[in-house]
Amino acid sequence: MAQVIVVTSGKGGVGKTTSSAAFATGLAQSGKKTVVIDFDVGLRNLDLIMGVERRVVFDIVNVISGEARLNQALIRDKRVDTLSILPASQTRDKDALTKEGVAQIIDELSQEFDYIVCDSPAGIEKGALLALYFADQAIVVTNPEVSSVRDSDRILGVLQSKSRRAEEKKDPVKEHLLVTRYAPERVEKGEMLKLEDIREILAIPLLGVIPESESVLKASNTGSPVILDDVSNAGQAYKDAVARFLGEDRPHRFIEPEKRGFLSRLFGGRAA
Amino acid sequence: MSWLDVFRGKSKPPPSAGAAKERLQIVLAHERISRTGDDFLPRLQKELIQVVARYVAIDPKAVNISLDRGGDMSTLAIEVELPAPEKPKPGAAAAKPDELGKPADSKAEAGQKAS
Ligand SMILES: Nc1ncnc2c1ncn2[C@@H]1O[C@H](COP(=O)(O)OP(=O)(O)OP(=O)(O)O)[C@@H](O)[C@H]1O
Ligand SMILES: [Mg+2]
Repeated sequence: MAQVIVVTSGKGGVGKTTSSAAFATGLAQSGKKTVVIDFDVGLRNLDLIMGVERRVVFDIVNVISGEARLNQALIRDKRVDTLSILPASQTRDKDALTKEGVAQIIDELSQEFDYIVCDSPAGIEKGALLALYFADQAIVVTNPEVSSVRDSDRILGVLQSKSRRAEEKKDPVKEHLLVTRYAPERVEKGEMLKLEDIREILAIPLLGVIPESESVLKASNTGSPVILDDVSNAGQAYKDAVARFLGEDRPHRFIEPEKRGFLSRLFGGRAA
Repeated sequence: MSWLDVFRGKSKPPPSAGAAKERLQIVLAHERISRTGDDFLPRLQKELIQVVARYVAIDPKAVNISLDRGGDMSTLAIEVELPAPEKPKPGAAAAKPDELGKPADSKAEAGQKAS
């Protein structure tokens, strides 16, 4: 039986797709058979971030409507052979996704995969509700910013009341906090919410902190999930988070400002 | 401006992250409560108007309800504008909530303790 993981946030543009791509790739790299599903119907983007946009033939809506078999729609990743991608539809409207249709897809994928990662759209409307409905675990992506923290709190409430686990009164969805776009220099200046404050307010276990990093844009430009960039701090932070998810105990990194030399301070050098 | 600021080039605005934390804690405390129970304020408003209307003829549109969600205490203020007395004395205006906010007879105040 596969574990279903939803990557969600409420607020848009906080790094759900970036994190879904990195996380799914990381799980697959550790030998777990992993599939990542794009639930953002109408605004497909995971294909670009994963670098498979030119190989999309069928999508999740084609499968639900019976126009294609699931195996025809799944794209096997060429870099990590235990990884597959199920793209969202670019043309159809959101109503094309149905609970029964998604249930059947998840059921079928469960036979073959260890992890099913669901990249949720923003908001708390139908698409986001469907993305989290079948979840066993949730990665709540949060930026150090008031509206993102508030929306994360809101989505935690939705997970606790509207998921299948909640409806069937099973054990609750396991929640993980993933803070992204964290800028320790700005935190030190008192311009940005501290990690400790976000943890205190949301009060769920911390899975990882991904620093604000130029490598994320570079990764999306080239269609290669940032976790494959071993030298970047964001890539390493995602690797740590995946290892923690799989039970390893790793200290949090990149949460203190980088120590910079006198000259780089004087001339305002920037961190990579 | 301290003499050090001359070297920094500008005086710094006060850090704002503390305000962010405080505001979040207050708003979320309230949102978490209303998530479980349904929002009782609309019903409270309706019932209060009914009670007041039993004693005086009021215009439901002349009722003002405001809420201030605080950290330790929330204040619910209800202002009911009462109609002018039957035989108006010369120069007497209708009972208006006074500017200084002294609790006049025409104003009912209720406090709600936040848990
Ligand atoms: N750690 C980071 N450092 C720098 N930029 C980042 C980081 N994480 C995400 N971004 C940037 O933020 C933007 C939004 O990221 P992403 O598309 O992953 O968010 P999303 O939550 O999936 O958005 P949506 O709600 O629209 O689906 C992108 O431009 C991405 O490159
Ligand atoms: Mg996205």
